[in-house]
Amino acid sequence: MAQVAEQDYSEVRADADQNQFLTFSLGGEVYAIEILSTREIIGYGNLTTVPMMPAFIRGVINLRGSVVPVVDLAARFGDESAKITKRSSIIIIEIMDGDTTLNIGVVVDSVNEVLEILPADIEPPPSFGARIRTDFIKGMGKVDGKFLVLLDVANVLSVEELSLLDEAQQKPRLETSVEDGLSIPPTEGN
Amino acid sequence: MDESVQIFETEAHELLDDMEQSLLELENNPDDLDHINSVFRAAHTIKGSSGLFGYECVVTFTHLVESLLDRVRAGEQEIVPELLTLLLSCCDVMAQLVDAAIADQDGGDDEVQQKTLTLSQQLNTYLGITPADTDQTTVTTAEPGMKKFEPTDIVLGDNWHISIHFGHDVLRNGMDPLSFIRYLGTLGDIVNLVTLWDEMPAVDDMDTESCYLGFEIEITGNVDKQAIEDVFQFVMDDCRLYILPPLSNLSLYENLIEQLVNDGSLLLGDILVQSGAATQREIDEALQHQEGQQAIGQSEPLGKILRQEGVVHPEVIEVAAKKQQQVREKQNLAGKSIRVSADKLEQLIDLVGELVISSANTKLLGNRTRDTALIESLENMSRLVEDIRDTGLGLRMVPIGETFNRFRRVVRDLSQTMHKDIELELSGGDKELDKTVVEKIGDPLMHLVRNSIDHGIEPAEQRLQQGKPGKGKLRLNAYHDSGTIVIEVEDDGGGLSREKILAKAEQQGLINPSQTLTDQEVYRLIFEPGFSTAEQVTDVSGRGVGMDVVRRNIESLRGQVDVESWPGKGSRFSIRLPLTLAIIDGFLVKVGDSSYVIPLDMVEECVELSGMAGGEQANDYINLRGEVLPFIRLGELFQETQNQVKRENIVVTQFAGQKAGLVVDELLGEYQTVIKPLSRIFAHLDGVSGATILGSGEVAMIINVPELVQQVAMNGGWRARGGGGLEMPSMQAH
Repeated sequence: MAQVAEQDYSEVRADADQNQFLTFSLGGEVYAIEILSTREIIGYGNLTTVPMMPAFIRGVINLRGSVVPVVDLAARFGDESAKITKRSSIIIIEIMDGDTTLNIGVVVDSVNEVLEILPADIEPPPSFGARIRTDFIKGMGKVDGKFLVLLDVANVLSVEELSLLDEAQQKPRLETSVEDGLSIPPTEGN
Repeated sequence: MDESVQIFETEAHELLDDMEQSLLELENNPDDLDHINSVFRAAHTIKGSSGLFGYECVVTFTHLVESLLDRVRAGEQEIVPELLTLLLSCCDVMAQLVDAAIADQDGGDDEVQQKTLTLSQQLNTYLGITPADTDQTTVTTAEPGMKKFEPTDIVLGDNWHISIHFGHDVLRNGMDPLSFIRYLGTLGDIVNLVTLWDEMPAVDDMDTESCYLGFEIEITGNVDKQAIEDVFQFVMDDCRLYILPPLSNLSLYENLIEQLVNDGSLLLGDILVQSGAATQREIDEALQHQEGQQAIGQSEPLGKILRQEGVVHPEVIEVAAKKQQQVREKQNLAGKSIRVSADKLEQLIDLVGELVISSANTKLLGNRTRDTALIESLENMSRLVEDIRDTGLGLRMVPIGETFNRFRRVVRDLSQTMHKDIELELSGGDKELDKTVVEKIGDPLMHLVRNSIDHGIEPAEQRLQQGKPGKGKLRLNAYHDSGTIVIEVEDDGGGLSREKILAKAEQQGLINPSQTLTDQEVYRLIFEPGFSTAEQVTDVSGRGVGMDVVRRNIESLRGQVDVESWPGKGSRFSIRLPLTLAIIDGFLVKVGDSSYVIPLDMVEECVELSGMAGGEQANDYINLRGEVLPFIRLGELFQETQNQVKRENIVVTQFAGQKAGLVVDELLGEYQTVIKPLSRIFAHLDGVSGATILGSGEVAMIINVPELVQQVAMNGGWRARGGGGLEMPSMQAH
């Protein structure tokens, strides 16, 4: 991990509030995510591929001793896998999965800046016309007269969807453990 | 929760478990005195300690149970199945009462109260007591808020005698004498307690804020004098405390009497009688003697008289002393375990895991220096680390037997509900596995056992018709097999019906009618979600959820479940589990650019692929010393970038009597591996059981060989081959 440049955004996080967003570019588009859900940003590298997983699961990295999955956001959006350049980064995002927090990394072309977008400047997502699935969009942020896609992290990184290996398995599984009381809590990475 | 209450809770439940086991044993050997005694002891101890905490309802009910047990022990009551059923139900209610009492709800809710009442009546019937008499059989309270403990058969000689007179100001100083005595009860069993009120002045002179009471206490247990003294530490300056060790010579009692100012001799007499060391008649005689002597002007203490008159024989005391010594040594042996909180153990194992990784890394770096002395020292260190790892993991190992024993009751109760006569056979209970695994295997096992009783074993008439013994047999067995533990649930029932399963599977759309399946494949269908062939839904099983949950739960423990069946003869479910979830010995290999770990327990040998297959390698199998060895090309399967490797190797793996080869690019050798669980995102990924971090910081996947082989075998290839990676995931239908 030594060669991975780690940018410390903790100062940014300290005074972060609900209105702050981290913007990044991916496939020529600029997206934004709430700063509160981001944990850290690391340079792209030292990634281990996990066999037999769909393309949008790029692999796993060793994040200070825990194994963290990395999602290829471009592939998740239905585009070609992101090309890795010098500016490629992995944003580690914290999501809630039931009662546990889960760290997932996403590959982006480059990290841009932290912006403040007031709620008044956020429009609801368009019902159609966007390049990505509507439920991935939380809202459209107005910045300098341009619209910016604010991502709905919970839907983009839905564990339920990410864990399905391929479309053949996407039919909903029969409800099982709930009635039976037999369920074993899933083991979690970190 | 108060620490002492916590101890009480744990102990009470352990005792109740013991009691249940012993009762079940009694069913087979009704004359086994050891088990009768252990049931009695359990009930007695629970009653005693519940009394200390003031759990009135537990005490009252347990007392009834104990009374009945006492009669059983004395041979006045024969052991019959109905009695055991009653006592087993009593066990359950006692557990509920204890839980309720701890939850500050002494007596429990209506349901528990109702059960208590019904059982009490049944107990009384056995005891021959009419309900009107019931009150007298319950423990009476000697003083308000103070419990009088039942004298028992423990002789005085085995007990500590504590004589305490609290100072008058003890209450004003904010101390409650009662709480000291309760705390004392945590050290051992208080077998006798007499309250001394001789200092109590007339009502008019009494100061209600003063304490006038003294107590004579008999306590048994493995304690020392210091521990007892410590109990009264806070009132030490404000009380008169005398502690007499067990088997004290009566002269000590004598001294005690002399020190007790008020009519001590009479009280000692009371105490001796109460604790069963002397009878009332003996005391009376001794007192007469004393009075006679007083008359002629030479007073002798009671104890001396008793001793002189040979009421208590010195030889008897000696024998008793030896016996007690033996008992104590035995207790010490048994008591040489300590309770450690699971968290601390977990932390230790985690640290050991990190240590293993870092030691592997250090060794790697050390080897590069080519410094022989350093390498040798590192070699030593890593051996020690390995030992620490094994010992550390051993701390969490528990025998499976305890889990097995739970099923005796289950099988007994279920077979009664189902009106089937079933015998449970347990074997391999001494096999150990990780505590976390043991905890999680209980539920799936329960399901399999219930399933076997419900669907597997036929009713007695049907069995007899088929020429089988009327009594069904259920067997739980455990054994170790190449680094895993196998737990089997076997019944001698009707076995699985291939036709029924096929029909059901077709109906559920699980299979295609045109598919031809082997028996094994058909049987495995029962583990599919939503599958249940029970024509009749019973309360025992057959809800259609279950077997798939069993499978998923076992798989989440990195285990496997399989079923074998013989029509008309029975079926056998076997669960294969890893011994531990934390660390494994691995074999590190390279495929393409990635490293993979194969559990070392499964690796048989490594052979070179080129030359073995010879010429055209159209088929994925080789001739391994006359045996056909099918292999999987990992590079192809995992879609790794194919490097041109000079010679590929086959790692020959073996599990469950099956061999399979894995073709890899490079062999890197043995490697100790700390398993890092994979994120839930990889929950549906078969063939990989976890990840590990190598010394270099690189992540390597741990291959789950059985899963991988099963997948390949079932799909005639890999279902995700070329599929998952290329499909555009955004086209999911929602």
